[in-house]
Amino acid sequence: MSGGAKLNVRVAEVVPVNDLITRFRFVARDGEDLPAFSGGAHTVVEMDDNGTRRLNPYSLMSSPVDRSGYEISVRRDDVGRGGSLFLHRHVKPGMEMVISYPVNLFALDNRAKKHLMIAGGIGITPFLAQISQLSAFGGRFELHYSARSKPLGAYMDRLTSAHPGQVHCYFDDQGQQIDLGRLLSMQPIGTHLYVCGPKGMINWVFTTAEAMGWPKLALHHEEFTAPGTGKAFTVELAASGKTITVGTTQSLLEAMEAAGVDAPYLCRGGACGQCETTVYKCNNTILHRDHWLTPEEHAEGHKIMPCVSRFEGKTLVINR
Amino acid sequence: MKTNLTPVDAASIRSRPIYAPLEPGSGSLHLVVADGEGADAVIEMLEKANDRSLMLATAHVIYAPGPNGTDLAAALQALGAAQFFRAPSIPALLPRLQRVLSDARMGTQFYLAGSEGLIGQAETAIMASGFPFAAIQKEHRGSTVRRVQCVHCKGITENVATDPYKCSHCGLNLFVRDHYSRRLAVFQGVNIDAEDPGQVPESVVRFK
Repeated sequence: MSGGAKLNVRVAEVVPVNDLITRFRFVARDGEDLPAFSGGAHTVVEMDDNGTRRLNPYSLMSSPVDRSGYEISVRRDDVGRGGSLFLHRHVKPGMEMVISYPVNLFALDNRAKKHLMIAGGIGITPFLAQISQLSAFGGRFELHYSARSKPLGAYMDRLTSAHPGQVHCYFDDQGQQIDLGRLLSMQPIGTHLYVCGPKGMINWVFTTAEAMGWPKLALHHEEFTAPGTGKAFTVELAASGKTITVGTTQSLLEAMEAAGVDAPYLCRGGACGQCETTVYKCNNTILHRDHWLTPEEHAEGHKIMPCVSRFEGKTLVINR
Repeated sequence: MKTNLTPVDAASIRSRPIYAPLEPGSGSLHLVVADGEGADAVIEMLEKANDRSLMLATAHVIYAPGPNGTDLAAALQALGAAQFFRAPSIPALLPRLQRVLSDARMGTQFYLAGSEGLIGQAETAIMASGFPFAAIQKEHRGSTVRRVQCVHCKGITENVATDPYKCSHCGLNLFVRDHYSRRLAVFQGVNIDAEDPGQVPESVVRFK
């Protein structure tokens, strides 16, 4: 079975945090501790949405010190493919669910002298776990967190009261913006920078930092791309000898799974590289949406990440 | 008795550092640490800079003569960097580097040039701050003598030229490996006559 080992959990709590965000707590069905994880890790939550299998990655936001349960916060996306809506509408305390073992693609580099964190909106979640972890052993950090408005700034109160002076909040509706140039110019040597938020924010922070001479190796980000929708397309799976059609709201990975093909995956958000697949024949255009392959690899078209990328054209043959 | 020892030039094992020519970077401060012939690498790098005078205006150059006595301090000082400091030796240079690092900010570009002992020790000091070592530029020039740690007594001997050599701390006969410790900035020296005490290959000058 692809996707690594699974955890059988029960939903212990469903807590509305604000108009858009709800928090879910999972505990092991057998009452044991859950596996240890480190700040920045995510889990893939499996959902059976009326016959449609959905697997969405969410950052673990609870303290890595607490193994009695995992918590995720989910922002409702009314125009998304339906995973967050399913969680918000149908997941209730007591429900049994399956989630993946935690995987960390956004770990702290603990050699850093200081951790500078920049969060946008729901991008706050991995930082909550990282800050718990750093607080446990006295790591130095500073968080700059922007939200659309005060009511949508999830966990801001908790963070500012626990870490006064280390947490700085910004509100779009008040026209506040991080003074990035100034902030990046003041950081002691050995600072590592972490960004989690919308794509535009990650690009803005990374472009600014690199222009100011920050090395790429000190820049970390987390971004899960939702598979997105598109035109239906047909794919030939060379290894399993099947030809399948990927529906408009389905990802290529999901279509393979629905056809009974056990394709590898971990993050399902174009970040981890696990599902990388060789393209044997491509007549027309692969719509690359991952941030795993390099721009050169995207241009070559010899590889595809089936979890997020799509295809437009006549023939696509892949090694799966 | 002649024994074939590890060639000096080939990267025989993964830990053996590989160096590349210095390239001008862009940032708020250019921190240059060099010894001996490393001065030439710095001068050549500056020639490649788009805005040489801006780079010099934001450069801090720290220099010591090389282990072979090469002292190009005058040529380096003549470049006109914002700050220039000549130390008489590497041990005298390192406290200056530590002091500069203590209030350096991200955006600083690091350039190390010269002997491997200088490069390694400066790299260790920079790494201790949490700065990614792979983002530190390093160019080896001049002397190839090595800073070697005896893996038995842990004593470090500077400027080792011959292989095998006698540990300056415990006196064991040591074979100089390419196995390198980035943490300690040393090559490893391993006892060569452990099984047959006294059976020591003839010492040859491998590092100059």
